[in-house]
Amino acid sequence: MENLLLNLSYLIASVGFIIGLKMLGSPKTARKGNLIAAFGMTLAILATIFIYPSTAHITVSTFIYILIFIAIAIGTAIGWGIAVKVEMTKMPELVSFFNGMGGATAALIGLMEFHHNVGNPGKIFMIIAGLVIGSISFSGSMIAWGKLSGKLRKPIRLPQYNILNTILALAIIGFGAYIIISGISNLLYIYLLFALALIYGIMFVLPIGGADMPVVISLLNSFTGLAAAFGGFLYNNMAMLTGGILVGSAGTILTIAMTKAMNRSLSAVIFGAFGEGSQAAGSGSKIQGSIKEAGPSDAAILLNYANKVIIVPGYGLAVAQAQHVLHELEELLSKKGIDVKYAIHPVAGRMPGHMNVLLAEANVDYDKLVDMDDINNEFKNTDVVLVVGANDVVNPAAKNDPSSPIYGMPILNVEDAKNIIVNKRSMKPGYAGIENELFYNPKTSMLFGDAKAALTKVVQELKGM
Amino acid sequence: MNEIFNFFNQNLQMIYIVILMIFVGIELISHVPAVLHTPLMSGANAIHGVVIIGAILVMLHMEPSNKLGLAIGFVAVILGTLNVVGGFVVTDRMLDMFKTRK
Repeated sequence: MENLLLNLSYLIASVGFIIGLKMLGSPKTARKGNLIAAFGMTLAILATIFIYPSTAHITVSTFIYILIFIAIAIGTAIGWGIAVKVEMTKMPELVSFFNGMGGATAALIGLMEFHHNVGNPGKIFMIIAGLVIGSISFSGSMIAWGKLSGKLRKPIRLPQYNILNTILALAIIGFGAYIIISGISNLLYIYLLFALALIYGIMFVLPIGGADMPVVISLLNSFTGLAAAFGGFLYNNMAMLTGGILVGSAGTILTIAMTKAMNRSLSAVIFGAFGEGSQAAGSGSKIQGSIKEAGPSDAAILLNYANKVIIVPGYGLAVAQAQHVLHELEELLSKKGIDVKYAIHPVAGRMPGHMNVLLAEANVDYDKLVDMDDINNEFKNTDVVLVVGANDVVNPAAKNDPSSPIYGMPILNVEDAKNIIVNKRSMKPGYAGIENELFYNPKTSMLFGDAKAALTKVVQELKGM
Repeated sequence: MNEIFNFFNQNLQMIYIVILMIFVGIELISHVPAVLHTPLMSGANAIHGVVIIGAILVMLHMEPSNKLGLAIGFVAVILGTLNVVGGFVVTDRMLDMFKTRK
């Protein structure tokens, strides 16, 4: 009977994960889908705590139960606290942080299970695979988190880091295989492997440029899924297996979809052709010309007499928390009978969909957000494009300059519009570290300043017109 | 070599599940609009928190006298819970903002 209950709980949990993930794929059902997956998870955890011990014929001391409950209580309090408090702009690094926690859990399981299973190569294989992948995911996610939250700004590259990383990866695989085949029982070996995997995770993410971070997080996300699945194999646990594999494969597809949106290959992201190319291009093709600066009133006048305006949001909008005032501006223009839309580049911000989340927070109508492919033909009929804190996704070098590191990335055809207003804090290059000739375009006016402050002034000017 | 064959035979059902699940995962994600990529990644991130079950299993089997083991297991359960709870709550918060205003 208990066996039936336990298996049934895991079955319901697995189906919950599948249905939940499916429903997350559509805006209407997404929230419900998330709750269904959460329900499945809760059921699986409760069944493990309360039903599993009797099916395995073990008696668990009250002390251990108390420890488990305290641990869950602490984790819930911290997790809930962070998740509720954090600003929407910090979402990407938060996902990375939580992902790292899952990876660490998988790694710690491996550390604890090793000595019980010495002499069983099949199980040792599962343990080592889970340990290594979990550790890489943990340390890699922590570096990604540090980079996204601005603690580690520049990509750090050791000389010949690609060769170094490949040697380290081969060493980890070889060492792991040795432990499995030799049947060695010395715990020191497993700790050494753990350390090597942690170092690899750091070395793997450190050289990757900030613009590629979303891809890396998605990749590490699927790594953690894989680590969880190896745990499922180890314990013969269907909920862990299905959940883990599901995330592993879905995460891989999501990663590929993201690299496609940036027109880059996964290997280019991992082996980092980005930074080196940009240094060469930066010194080779310095852009000549002058920029035209515009004040808030100039921008307001341009917008006031337009018939059609497209707003291009970028990471600068998120940093300045200017989504609410931007929405105010958009409503003001709409009231004046101007057609206003938002053009969403798939990789604007630090994560795909980042801008949608941000603008949704400010109650921007879902229908006003238009994907790149659907809006790119509209720019030529547009009077004013307002670029707020976006840079690389509107850089014409992606189309014109084969030496540019972002050459070939699909961009928004902003330069087709009649007038362009670019709001930026300064002339500093974007996250990819490359110059943008759009700013030197005669049609472009630069509205310098923090997005929130600058847009607030524009709104005030508009109200007076 | 024999061990590998044995392993394959013993775990055949699980291997089937793995392969089928890979295709399910691919199918589920391949038609998702880019606007939902962030919440989707976040939701998937919460689901792999299922690894917490492994941490709980370790704790349930642990000898109460194994202080180091209990300490590591305790930390593992905390981190796993962080992944699950944080993941689902943050996804819910994100999706709350996608409400269509009509």
